[in-house]
Amino acid sequence: MSAQIILKEEKKIITDVSNVMLDLKDLKKVYPTPKGDYVVLEHLNLQIMKEEFVTIIGHSGCGKTTMLSMIAGLNPISGGDIAVLGKPIKGPGPDRGVIFQAPSLMPWMTSLQNVLLGVKQVFPHGTKAQRTDIAKYYLQKVGLEDAFHKKASELSQGMQQRVGIARAFAIKPKVLLLDEPFGMLDSLTRGELQDILIEIWNKEKITAVMITHDVDEAIFLADRVVMMTSGPRAKIGDVLNIDFKRPRTRKSVLEHDNYYTYRKHLIDFLEH
Amino acid sequence: MKASSLTLGRVSNFLGFGFFTTLRNVFTGNLEKEDLKKFLRKVIVPLASIFLFILIWHIGAKTLFGIEAKFKIEKALEDQGQAAADALTACIASGESSCQPNTLPSPAQVWESFQSLLRDHHIISADKEAFIEKTAALNKTRIAAGKDAIVYTGRPSFVDQIFRSLQTVFAGFFLALLIAVPLGILIGLSSTLKSAFNWFIQIFKPVSPVVWYLLVFMIVKTVLIGSTEDSSFTISFISVGLCSMWATLVNTAMGVSTVDKDYINVAKVLKLGTFQKIFKVVLPSSLPLIFTGLKITLSVAWMVLIAIELLAQSPGLGLFVWEEFQNGANDSNAKIIVAMFAIGIIGFLLDRLMLTIQNWVSFDKQDAI
Repeated sequence: MSAQIILKEEKKIITDVSNVMLDLKDLKKVYPTPKGDYVVLEHLNLQIMKEEFVTIIGHSGCGKTTMLSMIAGLNPISGGDIAVLGKPIKGPGPDRGVIFQAPSLMPWMTSLQNVLLGVKQVFPHGTKAQRTDIAKYYLQKVGLEDAFHKKASELSQGMQQRVGIARAFAIKPKVLLLDEPFGMLDSLTRGELQDILIEIWNKEKITAVMITHDVDEAIFLADRVVMMTSGPRAKIGDVLNIDFKRPRTRKSVLEHDNYYTYRKHLIDFLEH
Repeated sequence: MKASSLTLGRVSNFLGFGFFTTLRNVFTGNLEKEDLKKFLRKVIVPLASIFLFILIWHIGAKTLFGIEAKFKIEKALEDQGQAAADALTACIASGESSCQPNTLPSPAQVWESFQSLLRDHHIISADKEAFIEKTAALNKTRIAAGKDAIVYTGRPSFVDQIFRSLQTVFAGFFLALLIAVPLGILIGLSSTLKSAFNWFIQIFKPVSPVVWYLLVFMIVKTVLIGSTEDSSFTISFISVGLCSMWATLVNTAMGVSTVDKDYINVAKVLKLGTFQKIFKVVLPSSLPLIFTGLKITLSVAWMVLIAIELLAQSPGLGLFVWEEFQNGANDSNAKIIVAMFAIGIIGFLLDRLMLTIQNWVSFDKQDAI
């Protein structure tokens, strides 16, 4: 029903260039194999606005993670451009915070030390007390005020990922990249962490790009859901605008008239 | 009381002496029915196997003693006639030490030698103390006059030899640590250095301790040319260090080069500097492997020490064993067996010590094997 309207709106947003935070232009990724080149991504174009939350959905192995790690600068670009605020990226950097699928905390450090590790890099001139305050603030935000001095290896998977969220927000990145951050959690913990994530995000409004397999998660969190075609030569297949008001609650989203239309749209795309 | 006994239980479990806890439960009457099986397995079975071991040893020693005695008597009969053979038989039966056959000592003989070594140690210690007391005043005036103090130069006791060996092994171990850990980190970090050093490691790793000793001897002899000091300790600890360092070198390099990719990605995203990356991420995550290497290094060091002390004529258990063997006295064989047990037990304790340190520093308790 609304495909045309969505496309029109899409164009309207794109024309406002000064508002673009992240710009992927004609992005390409090739892995050389003995049987010739394997093209993972090709002609991938995507613009993400300031303060926008974009979720990316697509089949396993289509190259979502490849794209995200290219934006993070952890994976070299084979062709095209990635720019943050108009400046092409050069390798990884703390302006693009990443929440990995595995919590990736240093298990020998406490949760506070893990967050401080990043804070120290971004606020090198702050005093130790200031940095500790920042780290503690974000750990409180994710509900870990009782676990500052617990070793990361002693925390549950869900709690570790909370530290991962705190670490990512505490370095105040321009763009937050989330690679299926809740994929390894049980559904109850996942819901909790989605709420925590969206709560902090509402406050910080950091441009976010999140990969997910979960259609409901994609709709609940995003301003736009970007659907990727299946690989090889994956690109953007379709984009769906989610017009729910923020702040959102799970209840209001589920009860919204458009919820099932959006859901059907995404599932239709994934099943074709 | 309860807390302290709990800690004790944990410590003994930690050190692999878990059966102590069970044993204590037996005496304090805390033993429950399901503990009985555990008690059987952890206390009775080891005790039974120790008893069996001593029994087999006893029977074996007795048999060897019989063979050796028979041979000796027959030889006396052939060479000197019936009267000499009879005299020898009587002499052996009387237990007279001058005519006993020289063979594997029995457990009782070894125990006797152990006690005599301890007595010997007390006598020597007392002697040493007396000497120090006697020379204290004299040494004061000698030092005041700018002369060297007189030191005790008597024979070292068995216990002194053990401490001497421990000194050598720890000096060698720390040398190995100082060389292997930094070098291993460098090799692990740089693939260029890895290919530069790989041949070196592959070729020198399997070289025998004896050859290392000879190599170190060649070099140290020339370096210390003209020096009057005894270089045997220097030579032996350097040799011990050089032949035991390989496990640590290889493990450190492997630990450093195989740091979890996730941690490296975090370091990249946070743009940690090289120094921070090494000390905050790479080293802590390779600690378990480094310690596994160090544990092997210490046990190898202890194992090769005996051979090297023997060659270097450096005081210690190795020299003790060699001197007893050369000595050929009546109880020499028993003393050698005592040294063998001392070496084994100390080796075991050193291994436990390393395991304890490893558990203490390592973040992942499962990694400590």
